[in-house]
Amino acid sequence: MSTNGSSITLEAPPQGIEGQGFFLTTLDQVVGMARKNSLWPLPFATSCCGIEFMATMAANYDLSQFGSERMSFSPRQADMLMVMGTISKKMGPVLRQVYTQMAEPKWVISVGACACSGGIFDTYSVLQGIDKIIPVDVYVPGCPPRPEQILEGIDKLRDLVQNESIRRRNSPEYKDLLGSYGIDVK
Amino acid sequence: MEVQQVLDSLNQRFEGNVGNIEESYGMTTIQVRKSSILEVVQYLRDELSFTLLTDICGMHFPDNDEEMRFAVVYHIHNLFENIRIRLRVFLPEENPEVDSMTPVFASANWQERETYDFFGIRFTNHPNLVRILNMDEMEVFPLRKEFPLEDAGRTDKDDRFFGRTIHNE
Repeated sequence: MSTNGSSITLEAPPQGIEGQGFFLTTLDQVVGMARKNSLWPLPFATSCCGIEFMATMAANYDLSQFGSERMSFSPRQADMLMVMGTISKKMGPVLRQVYTQMAEPKWVISVGACACSGGIFDTYSVLQGIDKIIPVDVYVPGCPPRPEQILEGIDKLRDLVQNESIRRRNSPEYKDLLGSYGIDVK
Repeated sequence: MEVQQVLDSLNQRFEGNVGNIEESYGMTTIQVRKSSILEVVQYLRDELSFTLLTDICGMHFPDNDEEMRFAVVYHIHNLFENIRIRLRVFLPEENPEVDSMTPVFASANWQERETYDFFGIRFTNHPNLVRILNMDEMEVFPLRKEFPLEDAGRTDKDDRFFGRTIHNE
């Protein structure tokens, strides 16, 4: 992040062959680059980590610099499900429904100790980590994590997004993973 | 009106069904027989102006006699004289069931559902006695002492960091 307005950096072009008037590369890399820079978050904030996320979104930390300007409060138009806060067992089916409503490709970030493992809530009424009901791509530890940590989590996810196959949902590994959660991949 | 007058009035009206009067945490507690709790609360509301049912909750005493393993506690408040009274009904472990307070106080509805949810105490004539806070699929009554607090599905918790008896390392 730079405070100097003159040093705006552009996204580096993918590897490819460049000539006069044309640029040749693979579709994977172009799509990966596009997806990486337009991850629309779906905030699923249930407690204090959600407050840290609000700070992450606001001007000081400015999540929108990574192309996540638009909060998507409809799961249909979101790419990145951000689960922030304690998920009680009663909330579990709701979270799962939100996840299954998201269109492919989709990714999940679990923010904070509660979403990752149940956190301090070692009790019968709290889900002991959201990975018990939906697959998670990136875990952000902390109670609550600072905005820098959330940004780093998003950065890790952006690396994943860029380097993944554009048709990840057709791969047998992905189908197996979602199958183990009882979710069908269309 | 003083608390003592309330107690005298109750003792006179419900001879033998109320007793064991004690004071704890600045509030007078009366033990009431299960069969007369509805009448006692109705009498307090209509005759002695205890118009607010502050709280209903359950208690579990696994070490008590079998007839006194469960208790339902009613907190009731006279707003005019600012007098609060706590009523306590003991129930047997075999069949923890007591009359629902909903005919007298409509607000008892959710409080009794909560008590049922956590202790499995049933309330006769309750209009909709189902779980209210826990998920419907839950099979236990979690605040009964025989059920562990920890979630059975916990996989990465270390007891040492949670102030628990150490079962895992």
